[in-house]
Amino acid sequence: MNTSALVIMLTTLILVTALTIYFFMLVLRKPPKPEPDSYLENDDDPDRQPLL
Amino acid sequence: MSSNKESWGSRMGLILAMAGNAVGLGNFLRFPVQAVQNGGGAFIIPYLVCFLVMGIPLLWIEWSMGRFGGKYGHHSTPFILNSMDKRRYWKYIGVFGIWTNIAVAAYYCYLESWTLSYMYHSVVGTFSDMDQNAISNFFNDYVSLNNNTSAIPYEPIVFFVICLLLNTWILSRGLAGGVERVAKIGMPLLILFGAFLAYKGFTIVAGENGAINDSSVGLNFLWTPKFDQLWSPSVWLAAAGQIFFTLSVGMGTIQCYASYVRSKDDIALNAMSAGWMNEFVEVVLGGAILIPISIGYLGVDRVTELVQSGGLGLGFRTLPYLFYQWGDVLGAVAGFMWFGLLFFAGITSSLAMGTPWMGFLQDEFNWRRNSAAWSFGLIVFILGMPTVLFFNYGVFDEYDYWAGTVSLVIFALLETILFAWVFGMDKGWREINSGADIKVPSIYRFIIKYVTPLLLIWVFVGSLVTPKGGDWGAALSGNWELDNSSIIRKLMNTGLKDQLAAATDPAQITQLEDTLFFVNASRILLVVVFACIAMLVYIAYKKRMREGKI
Repeated sequence: MNTSALVIMLTTLILVTALTIYFFMLVLRKPPKPEPDSYLENDDDPDRQPLL
Repeated sequence: MSSNKESWGSRMGLILAMAGNAVGLGNFLRFPVQAVQNGGGAFIIPYLVCFLVMGIPLLWIEWSMGRFGGKYGHHSTPFILNSMDKRRYWKYIGVFGIWTNIAVAAYYCYLESWTLSYMYHSVVGTFSDMDQNAISNFFNDYVSLNNNTSAIPYEPIVFFVICLLLNTWILSRGLAGGVERVAKIGMPLLILFGAFLAYKGFTIVAGENGAINDSSVGLNFLWTPKFDQLWSPSVWLAAAGQIFFTLSVGMGTIQCYASYVRSKDDIALNAMSAGWMNEFVEVVLGGAILIPISIGYLGVDRVTELVQSGGLGLGFRTLPYLFYQWGDVLGAVAGFMWFGLLFFAGITSSLAMGTPWMGFLQDEFNWRRNSAAWSFGLIVFILGMPTVLFFNYGVFDEYDYWAGTVSLVIFALLETILFAWVFGMDKGWREINSGADIKVPSIYRFIIKYVTPLLLIWVFVGSLVTPKGGDWGAALSGNWELDNSSIIRKLMNTGLKDQLAAATDPAQITQLEDTLFFVNASRILLVVVFACIAMLVYIAYKKRMREGKI
């Protein structure tokens, strides 16, 4: 590949992949909010029940 | 009381469903062709700039609008828009957010059914003994409804109906049990298939398996920057257009999905995650398959010629042949994976198109989910059959142009004005930041208020009065002759009339006259559908008045 194409391609692929992974990991790492929230699957999780 | 009790199963499911909504066939078929035609590697600069100043703001606007409307029990754009400003006309502008989805689904499900059919043909080995011309003719025969493509009579109609039934059945299972489940299976599979094909695209060696070029030739063709083209407004317009269509903004689907998110839950990070996931699929995977593989086996000149007719030709007429250069088994596997990833890209988008209509019927007329889903299937079948039967008479392209292109820009522009200027940036900013798991950079307050609407106006005006050959220099110096691709010329059917005037062959003249008829008829049909939905919105409004909800 010629240098300019290689530089543009690698910069773009690395940037886009890194940002995708970064935001995806951020979603995974953020602690869920207490119930009631928008999602059904965690409704019965004892650690996430609303404070009485 | 609304019968709408939908909910998302998990945050990851919502993000995958949103990403699936955005990821479509255009990620693999449109993006690489646009890049090649608009500056190669240099295209990525306007493309990413437009993503940052138009794509991300629009994602935040639509997520916020949806969640805001959801607070008041609205799950479709007519009443979501009306909840942000009480002036009556907003709910009729919101009709775009239902109409676009129904009209786009009508032709998109047909496109999706091609991928399903090609998956089947890849598995049964239909393409294994065909040469390149035969595979190209297979596509022509298929869309012409010729019966010699397989043993299945009227195969395109059969696959279209199967595809519609599948969509309708999944929709009838609801958000968590249907749409989200498909996204959780479809998106990882799509990325897996895409990664395999991208690996093949990156590792082609000249002389092996009939390849005439190394991968590097194709990658050079796609990524070599032509920086001089950065000064062309057409390139920026193409980049803005690509961002627009790839993110599925201006459709009303994002608002609908987000309307099931509670106020305290995040939308800012969700939007970023789904948006960047779409970019990953488009730029990283989409850029590594179509062009490198095609150039590896066909050469630069042939591919330069083929991209003029868009990505559909390459994707359906050429790639099935090229895959068989890797041998019968790998050819069948690669064909199955290629059309499988297109199918998953398609179905996760078409499912999203059903939800605004279903949300509207459930909210306003207390329809049950099942009935609402089947009514969507029936409408899409009725509206979609003309695209199947009269594909060669331009009906498919007409739906795509008005509902899948022009309407998106108009609706996005109007909703941005509503959000930033009518609802107001103070309230809008609070909505974006409510429950946010990231700090939204405050520069976006300025971008959403000024830059995004101006860009959208520019995209709209640029499409309305596109100068001949995209020569903005000549246009701005006083010689503004409209191109036949401009909205004004399209509306007047200038291109078709020019072809008709130049035609001498009686068969061609008859074909063009029929095309003109079907083009006008499909426009009338689309207008009638819009008017019917607007009438339903009016009836719903009156019903709300009677019930004292307004």
